Amino acid sequence: MTIPQLDATVRQRVFERMLLMRRLEEGVFELADRGAMVGHFHVYIGQEATGAAVLDAAGPDELLLTTHRNHGHLVGRGAEPRRLLAEFLGREGGLNRGRGGTLHATDRALGFLQTSAIVGGIVPLAIGAAYTLKNQNKAAAVIAFFGDGALEEGYVFEAFNIAALWKLPIVFVCENNSVGAVGQQGGGYNTSVSASTQFTAIPKVFGIETRVFLDGNDVDGIRHAASEALQRARQGLGPTFIETVTTRWPGSQPLWPELATGVTNLAVALGGARAEGEHADWIAHQDPVLRVARELLDQGVSAATLDALDAAIRQRISEAIDFALHSPDPQPATAADYLFAQGQ
Amino acid sequence: MQRMTFADAIIDGLCHALRSDDSVSLIGSALLGLGPHRRKVDRIKQQFPGRLLDGPTSEAALAGLGAGAAMAGGRPFVDLGTASFALLAMPQIVNEAAVAHSMSGGQITAPVVYHMLHGVRGGGGAQHSTSPQALFWNSPGLQIVLPASPRDAKGLIRHAFKTNSPTVILNHAKLMPIEEDVPTGDFDIPFGQADIKRAGRDITIVATSHLVQLALEAARTLSGSGIEVEVLDLRTLCPLDEDALLASVSRTGRLLVVDECPLRCGPASEIAATVAERAWSSLKQAPQRLTRADAPIPCSAVLEAALTPDAEKIVQRVMQMMR
Repeated sequence: MTIPQLDATVRQRVFERMLLMRRLEEGVFELADRGAMVGHFHVYIGQEATGAAVLDAAGPDELLLTTHRNHGHLVGRGAEPRRLLAEFLGREGGLNRGRGGTLHATDRALGFLQTSAIVGGIVPLAIGAAYTLKNQNKAAAVIAFFGDGALEEGYVFEAFNIAALWKLPIVFVCENNSVGAVGQQGGGYNTSVSASTQFTAIPKVFGIETRVFLDGNDVDGIRHAASEALQRARQGLGPTFIETVTTRWPGSQPLWPELATGVTNLAVALGGARAEGEHADWIAHQDPVLRVARELLDQGVSAATLDALDAAIRQRISEAIDFALHSPDPQPATAADYLFAQGQ
Repeated sequence: MQRMTFADAIIDGLCHALRSDDSVSLIGSALLGLGPHRRKVDRIKQQFPGRLLDGPTSEAALAGLGAGAAMAGGRPFVDLGTASFALLAMPQIVNEAAVAHSMSGGQITAPVVYHMLHGVRGGGGAQHSTSPQALFWNSPGLQIVLPASPRDAKGLIRHAFKTNSPTVILNHAKLMPIEEDVPTGDFDIPFGQADIKRAGRDITIVATSHLVQLALEAARTLSGSGIEVEVLDLRTLCPLDEDALLASVSRTGRLLVVDECPLRCGPASEIAATVAERAWSSLKQAPQRLTRADAPIPCSAVLEAALTPDAEKIVQRVMQMMR
């Protein structure tokens, strides 16, 4: 099957989401270096292509759920970087008023429901959201982002079964970031411990439509597949499972990542700079942000356009960092607020 | 008013909810158990076709489905069967539904209603006799509802659909056949309002669910011996009506908590501790607890009875306290 190439306008929009994700995470490292981050965190570097392509295919009425590795999904859908960074610092100005932090940041106004750090935890919730959309006869779908680790949890299998039985309008997006196992070499752990060597075989057992992208940086293919899957869901044709295999980013220790590849230099793709350092090979050949930048150049978008885009994003993140650092801590007297929802 | 069983009152409350709110849907048609009352669910199937679904035997995923459906704007009622089975669903109830509103800084609400049958039902053995109230009470964010009469069952169930937080309704299998006059119209009983099921001057017995009925039975016996028992039905553990609890104890000066949960770290301990802390000066003697023993329930009827509170044991304990 030949997949039509994205036109330059769409690819540039996808790229903008990716670059925003990358610069946001670089901002997270800046805050971590200052000692301002609360607790451990998980970054989205290296996986931007999947999230950006899927989010670009999503419509405004779609509902979304994500995991502890949520930063990219949120900012890629349009969450304000400053309210995200303030949330990561547990501040009053954060999206969740400091109650969620990096693990649970969410933005209901953009269609995000629960952001759960329990592995696989959002998958049953996501089929529930799809159940409501179906009951409401809405032409919208649920997008559930999770990692390969979720396929080690039992209730995820249960949820696949129900989604298939009830033909729920949902797209499961499994970002398989277990490849490479650099974290394991670095003393961490490999996240994927499964007897299955092909994850799409699992939902297939229940008759769920599946797509797999061994190249998780293929924005053309992923955006096309996401579009088709969302359309199927909205038309009442049931769930789709999309697996994208993303090459694990070299700095991606599971809990305490380091910015091992340095701050991304767009000039490596646009001309004028060479990839350097221990991970020069990853930067030159694997980095999804630089790859899509090169694709845009090939489609005739000018380097100056991309540079200007980058400058605007960097400015936005810089202001967001400033906002987050100046956002006050929540009042201790409000610590138990929101235990129960008010009203009827 | 209409005379109806506890089981009919549950169905009546659900029918009112279904009629008045299109977003209400029910999952799990065995909500009255597998006993003789199970066919009463047919009334819902006939009156509200398509609004009651049966899923696979997947407690965790169905509990999560209920929470997610509620987050997206639905008002699902999810029956999890026997309370022991609900333990399979704890990750989704406790880690997801209970914390959603707080964790999101108030952005998300998850007004799902979970239902299960708890308690020593007779021959249930270790895995069909569970009362997991303490597990839920130790999970902030859940409303915990334990009706003890047909009228309360209808009104409390109805109210669950009007709140914006997750609710766990625990009904005792032995309550299903009991009868009472129940208002036929749509009404609800707010959470956090205990009910004095019987007024008395000598001692307060605090109970919930089926134990309220046993306490009332004991109170009738004790009245014959000149001991007037006040039976306070908490109706909801969370929110807890502390005011009614303390007021009753301050009138009688004596407290016995009877409960079917195991003793240690159970609701009886929590209630006794609350009274000891806040109403010590009005107590004439130490608060006492009469609960299920800290042991799994065996199958044998003799062994089951040996570990479980009943009206006779309540009478004996009160006689000891009043001696």
